[in-house]
Amino acid sequence: MNSVHDMGGMEGFGPIKAEPENEEPTFHEVWEGRVYGISRALGNLGLWNIDKGRHSRERMRPAEYLGNSYYENWLAGARTLMLEAGLVTEEELRTGKASSPVASEILARKLLAKDVTGPSQFRTNYMREAAEPPRFKIGDPVRALNRHPSGHTREPRYLRGKLGMVHDYYGPQVFPDLKVEGIDVGHHLYCVRFEAAELWGETAAPRAAVYADLWEPYLQAIS
Amino acid sequence: MADLHLGHDHDHGHGHSHDESFTEPPPDVALRVKALESLLVEKGLADSGAIDAIVDAYETKVGPRNGTAVVVKAWTDPAYREWLLKDSTRAIASMGYIPEQGEQMRVLENTGDTHNLVVCTLCSCYPWAVLGLPPVWYKSAPYRSQAVADPRGVLQQFGTELPEDVEVRVWDSTSEMRYLVLPQRPMGTDGWTDAQLAELVTRNSMIGVEKAQTPELAR
Repeated sequence: MNSVHDMGGMEGFGPIKAEPENEEPTFHEVWEGRVYGISRALGNLGLWNIDKGRHSRERMRPAEYLGNSYYENWLAGARTLMLEAGLVTEEELRTGKASSPVASEILARKLLAKDVTGPSQFRTNYMREAAEPPRFKIGDPVRALNRHPSGHTREPRYLRGKLGMVHDYYGPQVFPDLKVEGIDVGHHLYCVRFEAAELWGETAAPRAAVYADLWEPYLQAIS
Repeated sequence: MADLHLGHDHDHGHGHSHDESFTEPPPDVALRVKALESLLVEKGLADSGAIDAIVDAYETKVGPRNGTAVVVKAWTDPAYREWLLKDSTRAIASMGYIPEQGEQMRVLENTGDTHNLVVCTLCSCYPWAVLGLPPVWYKSAPYRSQAVADPRGVLQQFGTELPEDVEVRVWDSTSEMRYLVLPQRPMGTDGWTDAQLAELVTRNSMIGVEKAQTPELAR
């Protein structure tokens, strides 16, 4: 969907404000770590996936998305995911009191402290099989399709309709536009190079290019 | 009982001022998170000990030191450097930082002709296995919006000036591929120990907004 999360090329957000890297903590406030930990722990229940998680934040009202800090957006996204998965009710979120039961097979998957081994346990394998061989090879000119799906997509707006060249092929990988609906299919994933002038016209930086990873359904052949 | 809704019905009595890019949370967000955690524990969906362990793992088990070790090895071992550039996922996995199953890695080598810069314009994708969780600025609207359109302007904001004939390549992390920049080894470091070299490798140099520190700066 065409919302504010898709920020490439937008203007007016002001200068980048970076803290000195040796002074920046992993979490600035205790609650940020709790939000992150809650999100990881709930994700482990297997009721949603990374694309559903992203889409829960993409659907936020733009003003709220932009006005919130990063972990406030994670909190808002977690709330949406929990409600949509039926883990909690609006009433429970409002009162903080449990009033509806959770299915025992979900409770059985609760992540326990003894089972937390480290960040690596949250890795997922995104490689898949593909039904057809890849349509493109390295060096092929391709155009990013001018598509505007109403749901989740990983094709940024600033690339749509633009001409690029296949720089690398990464094999078939899970296709986010369908994974968000719970449909797990693999499509060939390519890394595509776009010249800055193709994307930004005469104001483009000289000697610059953008590389983006794009699935085959995002691309069209140039004959 | 705390209202767990996320609307902007909180008061704005911020206790202290922060730079506006590090958005000060509404004063009650900590309470709302606490109430949410209590609810999830009461429902049997979450275990506070597990959340403690997750927070601790991300604070202590991952961080830029992992990426630094990869960079130093690539600077000092030509065969490893070659493997790292050809098969980044396995070369990094060989150092024990990631299992091979999961997000695939690509290492991007900075040279005298090419400078690489990594961004995620759509969210906050970042090679956390080698760099830890991303800094606030990496996840912020200014960086996500500017990096693809004005990379040289972004680099200047980090004090990085590149010669005009150097090509800037911006890598937008739109898939589950994860990108790590291999900065150039600074001149004047022949014979340095791994520990000395590690001092020159900054997190920002592995995102690509800076170069590795020079020996003069590091002193």
